[in-house]
This record gives sequence, C-alpha cells and structure tokens, in this order.
Amino acid sequence: MKKFVLVIGLLFASLALANEHVKLDRAPIDPNNQASLQRGAKYFVNYCLNCHSAMSMRYNRLMDIGLTEAQIKSNLMYASEKVGDTMTVAMPKADAKLWFGATPPDLSVEARARGADWLYSYLRGFYRDSSRPTGWNNVVFDKVGMPHVLWQLQGQQVLKEDEEHHSHQLVLDKPGTLSPAQYDLMVADLVNYLVFMAEPYKQQDQRLGILVLLFLGLLLVLTYALKKEFWKDIH
Amino acid sequence: MAASKQNKLINWIDERFPLSSNIKTHLTEYYAPKNFNFWYFFGSLALLVLVIQIVTGIFLTMNYKPEASLAFASVEYIMRDVSWGRIIRYMHSTGASMFFVVVYLHMFRGLMYGSYRAPRELLWLFGVGIFLVLMGEAFFGYLLPWGQMSYWGAQVIINLFTSIPFIGPDISLWIRGDYTVSDATLNRFFAFHVIALPLVLLGLVVAHLIALHEVGSNNPDGVEIKKKKDAKTGIPLDGIPFHPYYTVKDLVGVVVFLIVFSVIVFFAPEMGGYFLEANNFIPADPLKTPPHIAPVWYFTPYYSILRAVPPILNSQFPGVAAMGLSVIGFAFLPWLDKSPVKSIRYRGNLYKSWLAAFVVSFLILGYLGTEPSNVWGQFDTSTLIVGGADRATVVARIFSVVYFAFFILMPWFTKKDKTKRVPDRVTG
Repeated sequence: MKKFVLVIGLLFASLALANEHVKLDRAPIDPNNQASLQRGAKYFVNYCLNCHSAMSMRYNRLMDIGLTEAQIKSNLMYASEKVGDTMTVAMPKADAKLWFGATPPDLSVEARARGADWLYSYLRGFYRDSSRPTGWNNVVFDKVGMPHVLWQLQGQQVLKEDEEHHSHQLVLDKPGTLSPAQYDLMVADLVNYLVFMAEPYKQQDQRLGILVLLFLGLLLVLTYALKKEFWKDIH
Repeated sequence: MAASKQNKLINWIDERFPLSSNIKTHLTEYYAPKNFNFWYFFGSLALLVLVIQIVTGIFLTMNYKPEASLAFASVEYIMRDVSWGRIIRYMHSTGASMFFVVVYLHMFRGLMYGSYRAPRELLWLFGVGIFLVLMGEAFFGYLLPWGQMSYWGAQVIINLFTSIPFIGPDISLWIRGDYTVSDATLNRFFAFHVIALPLVLLGLVVAHLIALHEVGSNNPDGVEIKKKKDAKTGIPLDGIPFHPYYTVKDLVGVVVFLIVFSVIVFFAPEMGGYFLEANNFIPADPLKTPPHIAPVWYFTPYYSILRAVPPILNSQFPGVAAMGLSVIGFAFLPWLDKSPVKSIRYRGNLYKSWLAAFVVSFLILGYLGTEPSNVWGQFDTSTLIVGGADRATVVARIFSVVYFAFFILMPWFTKKDKTKRVPDRVTG
C-alpha cells in the first residue's frame, strides 16, 4: 500500500535526498539574546543573502532585535535601498539553477521547515568529497547542491570511517580562521537569527497571549459564578 | 416608558416576522433535560468553532491570493504584514483541528448515550452529513497554503479516485482540472473552500438544529423526558428552559474552550507538527516528493485503513472503498443498534467492551496514519504467516478489522448484551 501511495506520488518526482537517520546536535540558541541575534543577522546578510533570498522578511523588522534604522541602512543593506524592502537577491533563478543544480531556497521560514537543530547540524556538517561537483558533501543533507560557504572560517572536514563502531566521524583536516568552538558559536548565532526571522513576532504574540489568558481567567470566574447563581434552584 | 416602546417594536416585528415565537421555540421554551454532563458541551462548542472559522476565514480571504505562484507568499504576507494577520491565521489553522476535536467528542457522546436511536435518526444523519462536508472543507482548505504537504497531500488523495474501476482516471482528471495538481486545482479548491462547502455546511447545521429541537435532546440516561410531563403546564418534569440555564452553562464551556484555544494559538500553533506540519513551510514543488506524506491528524484513522487493505487483482480500489466505508459506517448506526436501551449506563459489559475496542482502534489507527508504515520495523522473516511484513501494517490490519467489526457485529452484540432496567425519570 505504501508503495502504491509513493508510486503515484512519484509520478512526476525526483528522489528526495534528505538523510533522515543522522543524529542532530541540539542548537544552543536563545531568542532573548539580542547581541546573538544581531551577530546572526550580520552573518546572514554577509554569507547567505548572496544566493538565498528571504522574500517575506523586511529589513526594518531588524529593529525588533535592537538595531536602529540607521544601523540597518549603513551596515546590513547591500542589495536594497528602502528599509521597508524585503530581503531579495540579485542572482537570477535560472542562473542559480544552472550553477548549483537547484535554485537556492528562500530562507524566510526555513527554520520552521527544518528546525533549529537541523540547521545547526547542517551548517557544521560539511566535509570534503571529491565525487561531488562542488567538492563538498554534508552528513545531514547527502549530495547537497550547496558548497561550503563558511569553509574559510571552519576549515575543511573529512569523513573518517570508524571500523570498530561501523560509523562515520567528521574530522577537521585543515583548520580555518576560527577555532571549532568559535565556529560553533558563530553558527549558533546564525541559527538563532534564522529562527527569529521565521517568526519575528513570536515573542510579542506570547506577551499578548498572556494578557488574553488573564482576561479569559477572569471571565471564567464570572461566568462560573453566573452559572452557579442561575442553577441554584435546579435539583 | 422604555419598556412599552420596546414592546411596541417587538409587536411590530412579530406581526411581520415570527421573532418572539422563534425565541420561545428555540431558547426560552425549548426544554432540555436537566442532567446534561460534560459531554454535552461539544455541540455548542462546534457551533462556536464554526463561527470562528467563518469570521477568520472572511478576513483571510481579504489578503490571500488563490494563485499558484503567489499563494505561499501571500500566507506569509498575512503572517507578517497584515494587522492581526498572524492571530487570524493561527485561529483559522487551530480552528480547523479543534473543529475535529469537538466534533469527534460530540460523536463519541452520541455513541455512549445512544443519541442516534429513534426518534433521532434524521438528526444523526444530518450530523453525519456535517461530518462529511467538514472533511471536504478541511481537505480543500489544506491545499490553499500551497506548501509541500498541501500539494502532495492533495496529489495523493485525488489520485485515490484513479483506482475506481473504468471511470477513475477521468474522475481524478476532472477533479484536478489538469494532469497534475496545479493552479487550476488551487482555484477550484479555493472556490469550494470559501463558498460551496460552507453554504452546504450552514444548511446542514440549521437542519441539524431544527431536527434537534423537533425531537428534543437525548441525555446521559437515554430517557425520553417528553414522556413525563407536568399535567397542568405540559412541560417535561425533567426539562429546564435552554435559556437561561444552558446558555449560562455553555458560556462556562465556551470560556474554558477559549482558554485551551488561546494557549494553542499564542504558544504552540504548530502543536508539535500535528496542526501545522513542518514540511508545509516549504513552498509546493511539483518536482520534489517529500519522503513521507501523511495527512493531517484528523484524517489519519481512515488513511491507516486505506493503507492496511492489500490490493486485490492489482487494484487499489478495495482500500479506497474500505476508507469510504469507514466514514460512511456511522450513518447506519441507528439501524444497526438493536439494544432495548440507549445509554451506556444501562447497557451490559458486551457493548461497553466493543465501544472501548472501537475507540482504541480509532486511536491506534490514527497514530499509525501519521507514521510511515515501517515505523515499527519488520517481523523476522522466520515468523509464521507475517514473516517479513511491516509490524505497523499488521497491527493496522488487525485494528481495521476491529473497527469494521464494531459496525458489522453491532446487531448481534447489542441484542445479546445484558441490559439493566432504565429508570422512568432522569437520575441526577
């Protein structure tokens, strides 16, 4: 039966390539850490926004993580002029498809699709693989089209086979400009920002939610008292 | 002065429209049994969710774009740039799931207290109609965000029609309006979701309420309160006016429900992936099938049955037919139940065990439908009969049999069951 469902599904489909059996590392992120979010925004604009757009994200939303309009304009806006613009990329989709085999996905809500732990593991999971056209592969996303953009920072990892445990392990072959601990922190900041960007209003909504619940709690007391009063004489 | 002016206005209306008499028939002089318990909140709550869905739906329609290249982004636009858009959207997505929560509990109430029994067969059939339309409404609506699960879920379900002998392929082509789920499909699903099915749904809800107020409500004792009336007033001795007694009681239920609802809307709108699936935050891509396609939780029991039925003569139709029957089965309950009593309170252990087995099957099938069929691995190849088979598929087959046995064997076990004597009047 499952086969049938898949076969009809696969009618027009290519194979999905995500490797589901990799253990993900927990992303050490904190949505209340504004400094981390601001660093993450900087990394995002510098390293990701050249190929990946965030079409639903407006630059001025970055004011929610403590940046001023002037700061955003002078430090983070390379591709746009108006602070109310969304984060687009100049790279034409057709070219991107030609170069990478697939158009780099829009990252507006990527964190909601993948989860923070996946992103954190993915960005730390690149290794050298000469069989791939880009020379890179990834333990979380096998045969990924994206090359390792942050390799100068992380250095080059290779996948070593562990004969004893029948498993594979990433080993740092050539160090980058950051130490492994520094690189992990940087990725954590970036993931923190991606999670914020996927739901920029989450914190605000939760504060509103508490007010709504307080109101409903009060209403519950009143309506319950009303019910008690009316039902006094029903036995 | 003010009161007489008010009377004058009401008199003026009453001469032209039956306002006062309708308020009496349906509220102030509609006598409901006084012994309603917890399970009787879910009817009024279903009405509340219907109103929430209609109102939030209207506001979503103002900014949603039913066009394949714009739909996904327009939902995200609603979430970010429309005032209160996030709350409205989450209320609508949460409302969809909560609709099924309250309707399932409402149906379970009917099963427990025999609310489908004479003279309430039509009331029950209208209810089954509402349930069917609601499933259609949810299915059409789920395509609109145009995410990967929206797209592939619709693709899989529409393809099921292909298995109907002879006319199947043409039917699925006709439903899609294209050879694959596309902009044409999105447009028509939008039309069905925002106008066609809501109209039918509202009509059925009105019919459901008219039928209810004609025959009167059942109650946890399954006693007809209309059989014992006050000699002078003609009012049922165990009846109390719906307004104010049940309006104020239901109000408490409404507030408790809204508390649960708000916790989900504000703090966990995805509900761990059960209300909003992670894959649906990836825009629909006709060239990329997700590795695991699962329907939303409220369809999974029937989806499990679909997967559990093995193909016969290379045709998938038996599975599709079984899935259809598993939903339609509810419509036959009034005629399958041969017990002399209605309520579970006066039934014997046989019926109670069968109902419990049915609920357990429903829940297990529901869980299995959310997972790939290899979720529990395979039986060892040396195992008798089931060697090499997916464990989950075997379990789903067993519980599918239990699910249908509940319906098929009902005439037998309800007749054979030892029942208790039903009191003349309702108890507490």
